[in-house]
Amino acid sequence: MFMSIKVRYFASLGENLERFESDLEFSETLTVADVWKRDTSGKPMPGNLLAAVNMEYAGLDSPVRDGDEVAFFPPVTGG
Amino acid sequence: MKVKICREAFDPWREIQVHQATLSGINGEIGAANIFIGTMRDYNEGVGVQSMTLEYYPGMTEKQLDKILGQAALRWWLIDSLIVHRAGEIRPGDPIVLTAVWASHRGDAFDACRFIMEELKSAAPFWKKELLESGQARWVEKNTDGYRKT
Repeated sequence: MFMSIKVRYFASLGENLERFESDLEFSETLTVADVWKRDTSGKPMPGNLLAAVNMEYAGLDSPVRDGDEVAFFPPVTGG
Repeated sequence: MKVKICREAFDPWREIQVHQATLSGINGEIGAANIFIGTMRDYNEGVGVQSMTLEYYPGMTEKQLDKILGQAALRWWLIDSLIVHRAGEIRPGDPIVLTAVWASHRGDAFDACRFIMEELKSAAPFWKKELLESGQARWVEKNTDGYRKT
C-alpha cells in the first residue's frame, strides 16, 4: 500500500537541516528512526533528538502509519 | 483548566484576575492559590542578552500543556489551574510564563504549581533563541533541573 506522511523539524534542528517540513511517501512499514534516515538521506541522528508522532512524544522504534505527522526536535527550552 | 499561548506581551496579574473571576461561583471552596511567573533576564550563561525568540509547535505544545494540567489534577486536589506562555519575540523584563493553581489547601497549591512548572520546562515543546549583546544569535541548548541545588 502506498502511504504518505508529513515530517516536521523544529528550532536548531530545522535550521541545521535547512528545512522545516517535508512530505514523505513510502510503501512499507516504517519506524520513526526509518523516517529520519529516509527523509534526511541518512544524516547522523543527534544524540539528544526528541521525536513525536501526531503531537505525542514517541520512541524511535514507534511505527508510523499513513497520514501521520512525525516531528523531530532538540531538547525543549521553554518556561 | 486552561492553557493559553500568547504571541504578544501579556500581563500575568491581569490574566490571574480574569481567570479568578471565572471561579466566582466557587469562591468559598478556595483556600489557597499559588502563582509562578517567569520573566526574561538580560543575561544568560555569563553574557548579556538583548532579546529572545520563542518558537513552539502549534497543536503539540497546547496538547502537552493540557496533559501536564491533567496529571497535576490527578495527583493533587485542585479546584482549577492555568498556564499562560509567551511565543514570538520577547525582551528582558517581559513575562515568559505564568502557572497558577487554585486549591482548598496550601500543600496542594504549592506542590502542584511547582510540578506544573517543572514538567513544562522538561516536556512542553518550546525553544528559545537568544540575540546576544554582541549581535550573535544562539539557541538555548537545554533547560536546567529546577530541583538541583546549585
